Amino acid sequence: MTIRLGVPSKGRLMDKTFAWFADRGIDMRRSGSDREYAAEVAGADVELMLLSAGEIPRELAAGRIHLGVTGSDLVQERIPAWDQAVEIVAPMGFGHADLVIAVPKVWVDVATLDDLDAVAAAFRARHGFRLRIATKYHRLVRDFLRDAGVADYQLVDSQGATEGTVAHGNAEAIADITSTGETLRANHLRILDDGLIHRSEATLFRARGAEWGDAERAALKDLVARIGVA
Amino acid sequence: MTDTGTMDTAKTDKASIRAEAARLLAAFEAAGAVPVETDLLQPAGTLLDLYGEDIRARAYVTHDPDRGEMMLRPDFTVPVVQRHMANGADPARYAYMGEVFRTQPAGARRPSEYLQVGYEVFDRADPVGADAEVFALFSRLLAPHGLRAVTGDIGLLLAAIDTLSTTAARKAALRRHIWRPRRFRALIDRFTNRTAQSPARASLIEAAVGQGADSLIAAAGPEIGLRSAAEIAARIDTLIADAAAPPIPAPEAEVLATILSLKAHLPEACEHLRDLCVDMPGLVPAVDRFAARIDALAKAGVGVDTIPFEASYGRSTMEYYDGFVFGFLAPSRPDLPPAATGGRYDALTRILGAGREIPAVGGVIRPEVLARAAQGGRP
Repeated sequence: MTIRLGVPSKGRLMDKTFAWFADRGIDMRRSGSDREYAAEVAGADVELMLLSAGEIPRELAAGRIHLGVTGSDLVQERIPAWDQAVEIVAPMGFGHADLVIAVPKVWVDVATLDDLDAVAAAFRARHGFRLRIATKYHRLVRDFLRDAGVADYQLVDSQGATEGTVAHGNAEAIADITSTGETLRANHLRILDDGLIHRSEATLFRARGAEWGDAERAALKDLVARIGVA
Repeated sequence: MTDTGTMDTAKTDKASIRAEAARLLAAFEAAGAVPVETDLLQPAGTLLDLYGEDIRARAYVTHDPDRGEMMLRPDFTVPVVQRHMANGADPARYAYMGEVFRTQPAGARRPSEYLQVGYEVFDRADPVGADAEVFALFSRLLAPHGLRAVTGDIGLLLAAIDTLSTTAARKAALRRHIWRPRRFRALIDRFTNRTAQSPARASLIEAAVGQGADSLIAAAGPEIGLRSAAEIAARIDTLIADAAAPPIPAPEAEVLATILSLKAHLPEACEHLRDLCVDMPGLVPAVDRFAARIDALAKAGVGVDTIPFEASYGRSTMEYYDGFVFGFLAPSRPDLPPAATGGRYDALTRILGAGREIPAVGGVIRPEVLARAAQGGRP
C-alpha cells in the first residue's frame, strides 16, 4: 500500500510544489498530456493525486488522502478544529499571503480593531444595520473578531474581487488575502495596524484520520527522511 | 479528563427525558402559565441582529427559497417575546417545551439538539415579585435534584456604570461591552488613564486640531462606501472631546471593581452593597431593588441565607439579560452545562416590541442535563 499525496492541479502552486519536492530529490511529473490530471512520483512509494487546491482541505479532513499540499489559510478556514484533523509536516516557504482586515483609506479615524468596534456601533445607530465586512474567510474572520471583542458587524460573502466591494457600496470593510498590498492600495483601502488575522503559506499537511497501517507509516517515514523535515 | 460524562448522552433514554419535560411543563401550567408553541425554523435576520455574527457559529443556518436565511430554533425566548409583543395579554405567563439546536465545537461530543422547558412572566405591576416568583418556582421544581443555585444582577452593574462621573459616550461604551469582560476591562483601563492614549490616536487628534478634520479627510483618499466624510468628521470630534474628558476617578473605578468581584450569600452581599452606597450614592435605587428582591424571595419561601450571589454571573454567557439572573448547576458535574438558567430581559422586549415594551423575566430547564447529572459519572 502506498500513501496518497494530494497536490494542487494547476498553476504556480503546482509548479512550485513540484520544484520543492524536486529540490529534495523527489521527482514528480504529470503522466500523459498536460491536460490529464494524473501524475507520478519517481522513486518513492507515493501515489500522486492532482486536485484543486481548494478541495485538498476537504480530502485531508476526510482522510481520503494521507498527505496534502495547500495554503494554511484554506485548511484553517475549511476544517473545523483543524489541528485535530491534520498535522503540519512542513511549511514550504512559498505561496505567502496575509489574511488582513482593511478599511477605506479615507477613514483617518480608524487605525485599530478598537476603532473598528466603535465605528461599527456608530454605523449601526446611524444606518440601521450592522457594518458589513466582505470576505470569503468566514470562520477565521469571525473567530478573530470575537477574540478581539468587536461587535455590531456582519460578514457578507464575497468569493472574488473582494477589494472592490467597498467602492461598489456592498460593504464598509473587507477581510481578504494580500501578498504585496498592491490591490488594496489601488482600491483605496488600508490594513488596520492590528488587522493581521493569519499569515498563510503553502504547507505539507498529514491527515490524522487517514489509514495509517505499518506500510503507510513506513512510506511516510521514508518520504520524511528524504525531504529532511523529520 | 475522561469522557464518561458526555458519552452517556446516547444511552440516556430519550423517552424518559421527554416524560420529565412533560412533567415540568405541567408544573409550569399549574403555576398559571399558558402553553405556547413556536416554529422550529426562525428567520435568521432577527437573531443575527440581536446576538451578532457569533450566533451563526452556534446555530444551524439553512436557506428557504422564499424567506431567505433561516435558523433552527437556537432558543425560545426570542420567538416567545415576539409572539407576546404582537398579540399578548397583559400581564401574561407562558410555558413551552421543545427542542433547541446549538452547534458544538468539533470533538466536544456535547448534544447539539436538546429539550428545553421554559416559563416566562410578562408583568409590569411588580417586577421584583416576578423575579422571586420565577426563581422560587424553579427552586421548588429542581429541589429533588440537589443542584447548586447561583444568582447575579446585571441591573446592578448597569446602575454602577450609570453612576460613574464620566461622559455619556463613555458610559454607553461600557454598557455596550458589559457582556465582553475583556473589552470592558480594556475600556476601564483607558477611561481611568491606566493605559495611555495610543500614539496613532494622539497624532490624529493633533493633526485634526491643527489643520481641521475636513482637510485631513480630504487628503486621505477618495470617499468610498456608505460611511460618509461627515460621519468620519463626527467621530473625530468625539475623539477630541474624549481625549479632553477627565479620567474616571480612581475611587469610583475601585468601587466598580469591588462590585464586579462581589461573591457572597444574598443578605451578606446586600450588606456589602449598602456599604458601597456611601461612596457611590447613585447606587441606592439599584441596591433598594436588590434588597426588595431578597425580601420577595424570602416571602416566596426561598432560603435566601444560603443562596449565593456572584455579581459577574451571566456576564459572558447571557447576553440579553439586563436585571436579575440565575442558574442551577450540578455540583458534582462541572463538565455539564447549567441544568437551568434564567433572568430578566426588559430591554429585549423593547428591541423586539416595535415601540412597545414590558418588563419580563423567565427561565428554562434542560431535562437531559438533569438526567445526566442524576447518573453521576466522573467529571
